[in-house]
Amino acid sequence: MTVMEQRGAYRPTPPPAWQPRTDPAPLLPDAEPYRVLGTEAAAKADPGLLRRLYAELVRGRRYNTQATALTKQGRLAVYPSSTGQEACEVAAALALKERDWLFPSYRDTLAVVARGLDPVSALTLLRGDWHTGYDPREHRVAPLCTPLATQLPHAVGLAHAARLKGDDVVALAMVGDGGTSEGDFHEALNFAAVWQAPVVFLVQNNGFAISVPLAKQTAAPSLAHKAVGYGMPGRLVDGNDAAAMHEVLSEAVARAREGGGPTLVEAVTYRMEAHTNADDATRYRRDAEVDAWRDHDPILLLERELTERGLLDDDIRRQVAQDAETMAADLRERMNQDPLLDPMDLFTHVYAEQTSHLREQAAQLRAELAAASEEADASEGETR
Amino acid sequence: MTTVAAKPATKPATMAQALGRALRDSMAEDPSVHVLGEDVGALGGVFRVTDGLAEEFGEDRCTDTPLAEAGILGTAVGMAMYGLRPVVEMQFDAFAYPAFEQLISHVARMRNRTRGAMPMPITVRVPYGGGIGGVEHHSDSSEAYYMATPGLHVVTPATVADAYGLLRASIASDDPVVFLEPKRLYWSKADWNPDAPQAVEPIGRAVVRRPGRSATLITYGPSLPVCLEAAEAARAEGWGLEVVDLRSLVPFDDETVAASVRRTGRAVVVHESGGFGGPGGEIAARVTERCFHHLEAPVLRVAGFDIPYPPPMLEKHHLPGVDRILDAVARLQWEAEN
Ligand SMILES: Cc1ncc(C[n+]2csc(CCOP(=O)(O)OP(=O)(O)O)c2C)c(N)n1
Repeated sequence: MTVMEQRGAYRPTPPPAWQPRTDPAPLLPDAEPYRVLGTEAAAKADPGLLRRLYAELVRGRRYNTQATALTKQGRLAVYPSSTGQEACEVAAALALKERDWLFPSYRDTLAVVARGLDPVSALTLLRGDWHTGYDPREHRVAPLCTPLATQLPHAVGLAHAARLKGDDVVALAMVGDGGTSEGDFHEALNFAAVWQAPVVFLVQNNGFAISVPLAKQTAAPSLAHKAVGYGMPGRLVDGNDAAAMHEVLSEAVARAREGGGPTLVEAVTYRMEAHTNADDATRYRRDAEVDAWRDHDPILLLERELTERGLLDDDIRRQVAQDAETMAADLRERMNQDPLLDPMDLFTHVYAEQTSHLREQAAQLRAELAAASEEADASEGETR
Repeated sequence: MTTVAAKPATKPATMAQALGRALRDSMAEDPSVHVLGEDVGALGGVFRVTDGLAEEFGEDRCTDTPLAEAGILGTAVGMAMYGLRPVVEMQFDAFAYPAFEQLISHVARMRNRTRGAMPMPITVRVPYGGGIGGVEHHSDSSEAYYMATPGLHVVTPATVADAYGLLRASIASDDPVVFLEPKRLYWSKADWNPDAPQAVEPIGRAVVRRPGRSATLITYGPSLPVCLEAAEAARAEGWGLEVVDLRSLVPFDDETVAASVRRTGRAVVVHESGGFGGPGGEIAARVTERCFHHLEAPVLRVAGFDIPYPPPMLEKHHLPGVDRILDAVARLQWEAEN
């Protein structure tokens, strides 16, 4: 008898019936990005909220153009503009309650400002006077994160800790489309789903990771679809529709707060400027592509809606523009002052208690600075 | 009759261009050489080192990968297992850290684990170091981590010609090389003829960049121009400083370094990464072991402070500059001799 014949005679008992752990259907995102503006759903939107969103968008756009101008004047080392993505930024901030936490990436200065932080302190990292310009605990905003996706597990851990303590705190973590390829993204989503942590992940899919288009980043039907594999709902939203963004994020935050676990939200949007002022976008995309998105500008979409519903007149428009201008002028003026820096700060916050070798190095720098200022005094004396 | 002067054979080229040329020549010569990383295709890398490679060799040879450093290096391991010679680009020093697991657990020890059956001819290009006003996470000097991992070569050029010659040798090496590119020297220029045949420099040999008799400055990468400037400044005071450019941290050229220190009797190691647990400690120990009876003073280190890399507006206080080097030279007390 051959081996094959012996095998044929063998009849294994069938395995126990297989059951999916979760029904995937309710986790799947919509086929189309969810929209409110320009649809019937818009009629139900609260006029106060729409006006508030409008004011924040205009302010946000002005903030972006002002910060970009500051890079040209050498006042900011670098600025990754969120022009075109303001609806995502603003919605992220407004969907949270004061006790909630925001975990922004380097592109999310605007979300930080919309959350109420001082526009200047939100720019500290990018100006280069210190790495983080605010106390994260005071404002419940984590430091703007430069390494991609690495803040996502932090958001999960914080939300988990809050729940263990019995606090109804939600963490909202922001990441770009490129960042979803990092291992940390996977680990964060998996932990969040297994722990049912009160976290909302917001992916701003703006089409590119520096020069690499989404098609080279993922073969998934959408980034929101990734949620299903982890066991959490995925939502696909029009990221330029401020009302839709606010609604979807608010829902996800509420669900998390009530113990419903994490949500992955993909906002489909577009990066209108280059990656940063150091980037040359003409190398990887055509102007026609950028232009195609101009008609779908987040401010334009909301303005149309408000005008149609008679919620926007010239007075409001003027007032909003004026407020934005005041903010920009204040930002410009304060950013044009050189920050006061103490080189001895290099050693101040490395450890809770300074180590002996840092004390030595601090003494060395202090002596160097004293010698330099003596030299400067002496040469000033000579020229007098 | 007048004669027309022949066109000079050399023209100014930047280190970034020389690196790009080394990649191109390696790819043209050896079809198993593949470049992969973030933005290395249409953009040509954020420092434009890979400019034109995707166009010339196709996207299969110069590939924009998904954004995942562990994935980039991990897939490079598999490519090397199948006989390719991957050259991977890590966009910035601090963004190579997600790939540490692959580097340390696999790339560095695969040859050893497989009793020599599976070498890892991978070159990991890492732009490193500060001095360019970069925001947080764009200025780390990570060489000590790599040096501490057996199985890796650690190479760092400081001149345009070496950038070419050492990168060619690294790609040709059957062992993994962490190729550290001093990013503040990317735009440094030298007269270099890109059309002439170029020297390929063997890995592991230091060079004396400037002869001197009073003391040796031992340095590499971004600190070389600073040391040369310090040596020039010291000359005005009658001090002759010899400057040794290591070029390769692993393997380490004990001969060249020891020969220099025996001549001068005094040595200062200069680098911008932190001093504590840094490369300078290893170098000072090796010099002391070999030159103890020739030394007139302890081997000193001038290094960056032992702090997380500071924000750009404060980096000038952190980076070792000419004055700090001259202070160390003064502490060698060699004036007594001269
Ligand atoms: C771990 C890591 N690798 C590489 C980089 C360099 N880098 C900065 S931004 C960027 C592109 C990110 O694209 P995406 O996640 O889509 O966000 P976007 O910039 O479009 O908002 C890259 C590669 C980084 N910051 N961190």
